[in-house]
Amino acid sequence: MTTNGDGAAKVIPVRHYGRWVASFVALVLLAMLVHTIFSKVPSATGQKVCQTVNGLRTCHPLMVWRFSWNVVGEFFTTKDVLHGLLITIELTVLAMTVGIVLGVILAVMRLSPNRLLSSMAWSYTWFFRGTPVYVQLFFWFVINAVYPTFSIGLPFVHAAFVQFSANSFFTPFVAAAVGLSLNEGAYMSEIARSGLIAVDEGQTEAAISLGMTHSQTLRLVVLPQAMRVIIPPTGNELISMLKTTSLVSAVGVLDLFQATNNISASNYEVIPLLIVASIWYLIVTTILSVGQFYLERRFARGALRTPPPTPIARLRSDLRGVLAKFRTPRVAKEARA
Amino acid sequence: MTTPMVEARGVRKSYAGVEVLKSVDLTVTRGEVTCLIGPSGSGKSTLLRCINHLEKHDSGELRVDGQLIGYEARDGKLYELNDKQICGERAQIGMVFQRFNLFQHLTALENITIGQVKVKGVDVEVAKAKARELLSRVGLENKEKHYPSQLSGGQQQRVAIARALAMEPKLMLFDEPTSALDPELVGEVLDVMKDLARSGMTMIVVTHEMNFAREVANTLYFLDGGVIEESGDPRVVLTSPKTERLRSFLSKVL
Repeated sequence: MTTNGDGAAKVIPVRHYGRWVASFVALVLLAMLVHTIFSKVPSATGQKVCQTVNGLRTCHPLMVWRFSWNVVGEFFTTKDVLHGLLITIELTVLAMTVGIVLGVILAVMRLSPNRLLSSMAWSYTWFFRGTPVYVQLFFWFVINAVYPTFSIGLPFVHAAFVQFSANSFFTPFVAAAVGLSLNEGAYMSEIARSGLIAVDEGQTEAAISLGMTHSQTLRLVVLPQAMRVIIPPTGNELISMLKTTSLVSAVGVLDLFQATNNISASNYEVIPLLIVASIWYLIVTTILSVGQFYLERRFARGALRTPPPTPIARLRSDLRGVLAKFRTPRVAKEARA
Repeated sequence: MTTPMVEARGVRKSYAGVEVLKSVDLTVTRGEVTCLIGPSGSGKSTLLRCINHLEKHDSGELRVDGQLIGYEARDGKLYELNDKQICGERAQIGMVFQRFNLFQHLTALENITIGQVKVKGVDVEVAKAKARELLSRVGLENKEKHYPSQLSGGQQQRVAIARALAMEPKLMLFDEPTSALDPELVGEVLDVMKDLARSGMTMIVVTHEMNFAREVANTLYFLDGGVIEESGDPRVVLTSPKTERLRSFLSKVL
């Protein structure tokens, strides 16, 4: 039997040959993918580059990036693209903020013992989840066809204090924001409801028996604990919303996607500009995901005995592990000597 | 004679047609410990929950410290109180639950301060000082930063008792406080409760701990099928039961 210094039997881990082969194949495929994305090909226009050396003229085809990375770089930070990005972010933040507030209100209504309130909330969700968001966006854009003017006044008697035209109020941006918000409210209400239901009834009873009012119980005890359940799917919704905003080009809003579309419509560089838009969407999504991670950690307080390590902490402990591996034999050698 | 702390006269309660409490009479004298025993489904927890209006009783009179609970008597009718008025009444009655029900997102200390600060409007620093004092009273002075999930069942229940005491209640209700605990943790919670009883707190305890009832309770009520079958001095009631029902119940639990 092989033993190490102290006489205990040495552990030989199982060798996973299948895993090694699979890893190798995956690595080769990945290398091929990266190579083709970042490779140069002869220009599609058949352009040639010629040079004369010692009176001898040689020509070879002009090589260009397969994915026209130079065009991507050229348009990546142009004013139109950045302005579109700003509109996209504004719409996302606006629609999600209104959607979350609306969703929580709808969820509380839905759980209310009052049958009228709960069926109203149910109907809202039924309607806005049951029709395509694209159709809803369009509806708000053309609402002036059915309601040319809006007024604030007494109901049913046509006495108005303030009046304004639908056309001037529902600009493309407002129509887009309203459409996305109302639609998001329906989805968020289901998410918020699942969070509220997930909190144990005993928590409510304990809060009430301390003398808290129903609204205090909701704000101080139930919602903070519901957040743990609500945040992951809300992060999902947020990222989904970022990309759903690309539909607003239908009502003439110049968002990121519409901005890149406009450019490619004039210079025919369709794929590079799709890449410009995609990279920006990826960058924002990445930032949002990092934010979600830390938010989840914060609201997991008390739910887990030990919170999960941050990626940085995990990297540090991995590094320490690797270093320890190198260091141990030396210590062992010294000990033996 | 002073008014009793709790007085129930003909309290009835039914759920979906099933009568859980059938005209219950009960009197709890100030500064005394009252234990409610009985088989599960006998209505003892429901009675306890009616006392702080977590459940609404259907009819009968239920008074705490001379005041009707949950209702106001005017012109021979009972008017239900609004949320805020009921909250004011509840804040004076402490409740300890079988499943502890500590707020999972707050530390032990925050669990004890939140009621003082948000319900009674006590200054945060004053509330913290009181919370620390109560934690040391239940023997958990070094656990203030722990979340409930990091505490044992017995420790959680002791924090829950401290949370209820922080409101300076005139009456404490315990709903099977040791039933969800591992056997070796029951003692620490009972010790805190005995200590509380010695300090003169009026307590109503729903329990299966017959030794605790015998040792600490001034009065014992035996409920079965929503009716109080027997009551009196626990030493007498437990040693010489008059009814067949209590005799058969005791033979199962003792």
